Amino acid sequence: MSRRVRLLVFLVGGGAVAVMFALAFLSMPHFGRPEHLYRDLAVPAAVRHATANVVSSVNFDQRAIDTFGEETILIASVVGTAALLRPAKEETERRVPDTGRTLGATRLVGYLLLPVSLVIGLDVVVHGQLTPGGGFQGGAVLATGLHLLYVSGSYPALDRLRPLELFDIADALGATTFAAVGLAGIAIAGSFLSNMVSFGTFGALFSAGTVPILNVAVGLEVFVGIVAILAKFLEQDITVVKEGDDG
Amino acid sequence: MNVYAYFVAGWLLIAGGYGIVRSRHMVHAIVSLAVSQSGTYVLLLAVGYQHNVTAPVFGSTEKPTKQVVDPVVQAMTLTDIVVSATVTALLLALAVQVNKRQGTVNPDDLAALEG
Amino acid sequence: MTTPAAGQLLPVLVAAPILVACLLVAVGPRLPRPAVDVLATGTALGVTGVAALLLVVTDPGRTVSWFGGWTPVHRVSVGIPFVADSVSAGIALLVGGLMSCSLLYSWRYFESVEGHFHALMLFFLAGMEGFALSGDVFDMFVFFEVMGAAAYALTGFKVEDESAVEGGLNFGIVNSLGAYLSLTGIGILYARVGQLGLPQLGDALAHKPPDALVVAAFVLIVTGFLVKSAMVPFHFWLADAHAVAPAPVCVLFSGVMVELGLYGTARVFWVVFGETIPLDDIRRTFLILGATTAVLGAVMCFTQRHLKRLLAYSTISHVGLFIIGFACLDPDGTAGAALYVLGHAGVKAALFLIAGVLLDRYGSVDEVDLYGRAKGQRLMPWLFFGSALGLAGLPPFGTALGKSLIEDATLVHGFDWGPALFVLVSAVTAGAVLRAGLRIYFGLGPEPQQEDADKTKGDEEPDTPRLARVPLTMVVPIVVLVLGGLAAGVVPHGGQAVAHAAERLIDGKGYIDQALTNAAPTPLHPEPKADWTTLGVLLGVVSTLLAFGFAALGLWAQKLPRPMQAVSAAFRPLMRVLHHIHSGHVGDYVAWLFVGVAVLAGLVGIPLR
Repeated sequence: MSRRVRLLVFLVGGGAVAVMFALAFLSMPHFGRPEHLYRDLAVPAAVRHATANVVSSVNFDQRAIDTFGEETILIASVVGTAALLRPAKEETERRVPDTGRTLGATRLVGYLLLPVSLVIGLDVVVHGQLTPGGGFQGGAVLATGLHLLYVSGSYPALDRLRPLELFDIADALGATTFAAVGLAGIAIAGSFLSNMVSFGTFGALFSAGTVPILNVAVGLEVFVGIVAILAKFLEQDITVVKEGDDG
Repeated sequence: MNVYAYFVAGWLLIAGGYGIVRSRHMVHAIVSLAVSQSGTYVLLLAVGYQHNVTAPVFGSTEKPTKQVVDPVVQAMTLTDIVVSATVTALLLALAVQVNKRQGTVNPDDLAALEG
Repeated sequence: MTTPAAGQLLPVLVAAPILVACLLVAVGPRLPRPAVDVLATGTALGVTGVAALLLVVTDPGRTVSWFGGWTPVHRVSVGIPFVADSVSAGIALLVGGLMSCSLLYSWRYFESVEGHFHALMLFFLAGMEGFALSGDVFDMFVFFEVMGAAAYALTGFKVEDESAVEGGLNFGIVNSLGAYLSLTGIGILYARVGQLGLPQLGDALAHKPPDALVVAAFVLIVTGFLVKSAMVPFHFWLADAHAVAPAPVCVLFSGVMVELGLYGTARVFWVVFGETIPLDDIRRTFLILGATTAVLGAVMCFTQRHLKRLLAYSTISHVGLFIIGFACLDPDGTAGAALYVLGHAGVKAALFLIAGVLLDRYGSVDEVDLYGRAKGQRLMPWLFFGSALGLAGLPPFGTALGKSLIEDATLVHGFDWGPALFVLVSAVTAGAVLRAGLRIYFGLGPEPQQEDADKTKGDEEPDTPRLARVPLTMVVPIVVLVLGGLAAGVVPHGGQAVAHAAERLIDGKGYIDQALTNAAPTPLHPEPKADWTTLGVLLGVVSTLLAFGFAALGLWAQKLPRPMQAVSAAFRPLMRVLHHIHSGHVGDYVAWLFVGVAVLAGLVGIPLR
């Protein structure tokens, strides 16, 4: 279809959908209202299980199977990206070419911020049941923190700190831990992904039962998963070339 | 306004769709898809909001109480963000390969699948 | 086995494939290829076995499990349930069976894949099982995305093929947008009800008049599922994806993934919206959309030369017929649709695998290029033509029994055009397949022309080095699938079991009560209508004969008498427009997606004002 016809078709469809949205939104409960049924159930449930961060309780305790599905999507995407960005038959991987020049100041800032980011990331992961954060958020901080090495000019250093075969194993380990905790829930408490470890004291580091365990598993998986995905993209750009090219 | 937030969400969804329809570059189309998805984030968070209450995280200064915003929509949005990031990664990987095979990422010029 | 123990089977169907897939990710590159194959195929067979056990234990009631132990109090809960009735367990079994056949076929199908292919297939398996069993609408969205992530990667798997990655991209963008629209619907409904589980949602909406919000929520939630189902006008991505994905992956797409979209629609409708949106409204909507899908799919199917695209459009057209079965909104139509799905899964999957064999032996899936090249084969033609006859609806294939039940149901509701539509559509699609088979395996008909620049040619890179003989691991799954398609119509009391399962699916109130309060399921109709009728057998034979007629029409088009050639020439401009619309351009697909949402909203909502 020509661009004009396509636009016309979309305007007709999108316009009607906009009308449907408008009619539906006008019947929605108003923004900022005080009645929230699910919240009134979820907050006391979280407190009963000694979890100070209610969102973590919802994610890893009350609706844990959703999070299980979500981290499955993550590892499936890592595998999918690795499969899609594999060097094709007519391509090979070459040695990393000489890097360009970066300012000394940039490199210094990168090296200084790297341990700071990693520590903050670990903190966010481990305290998921107490403070805003958790496995997903902390894993993302860890992964992007590691890539400060690349951003501040040193791809070979990043490459050394990032053994991809080990990362595959770590990724699988994170997902397996989640599934294993879930199946242990069947064995111990009769239900998949039930919170069957002792709850501890509300507000202490060791509280909320399985929530911190699952947080760490997910944190590990997200960290290595994001690093693996970025590694594939970086390789496509930096090291994969058609056979016969000098690059 | 009572329902303004929802209209913002609806607008983002449709604007993202418009972006894909008019796109001349696959990466632009994929990012427009992400714009559509951010409409869903806005919708979910707006649904769970309550005026004049605090975040659903308790500690030494915040005693457990029911006067917090809805934590479930926040959990749903977290799931949604992870889904978005991973799907975007997959689609971008596909776009990289399309560029390598066909030399272009303009949807108007991609010609392998007509009929 | 008591129900609580049966509930433990449910998470195993999701967790086991994920665990083995993680194992393959971790050690796959170090294992020898046969070990990877055995591990993956063994897991799929194991899942099939557990699903069979679940079906036996569940029939005729439902198995409910609230994960995490969060059982409902006062009919609300913070947790997520998995609820399996016979239909869900049956789908879980079908998924496992097709995946096992696919993985067995793949033993010789790819040269080397480092464990990625098998891990992705197992993730795909887990996603489909989770979607079929979940009882929470947001959880269904999550497993829908698990299916999607694995499917996009599997579609574009052959990265050296330029159309494969383009097809994967189109598939990914359109299905993701559909999923996000579904999520919007979920958000809107959540705002009204404050719960996400299907039983609680149905409980809250029952017997209240549907306003704009409820209608919009229904339309948006089923949009994602119907995009997956490839209903018109959400169907454009399917032909692209099937044309480029490896044959074992197409087996899963056409055999069960597309049907899962329709299952999701039916489940959400019956449990959540069945007591609020009037049945007549939904019936009219889906009869119109189903009939359109069936006719458009059939017409596009007949004019393809790329075998896998031809089969893909045939799937779209059959999905239209399944939708009509669902749209009858009674046990008979639903049972017919379920039987038709089972029969279709077997024969369509077999046809895709045979196309894969042709690709590997002769390097092409183009009907024109393959003209006469497969003469002298011994087993494959039997399997091909057996499947084609199954597709036409020849008794005693399962497809014929399903068709006959749906045709009866449409007549009961006063839609006299029903049987005629079914006969015509199945004849046209089977005729296209027969035409291709007669050309390829027997060289019948004059040498076809190389013109038709607006149709996709069947260029595809084979996935193995050229095969001299078809290996056993490829033949066995094909035979099993064809026999399976046959068995669906022949197994004694099979029809009755499916009819009971359909009754359970329709009983939304029973689902709600059993999930929320552990109420006992209501007793089923003792003598459901689920057997062969004379009319059904007759129409099945007529479809088959008509299919041969269409095949002959396709083969000897040049030799037709002058007036008939003039008629077909009159249709050519219309066909050119249709082929031009199916352009492979993702912007077009998204534009039609929005039109489709608008049409769905209009058909459901306007009569309710």
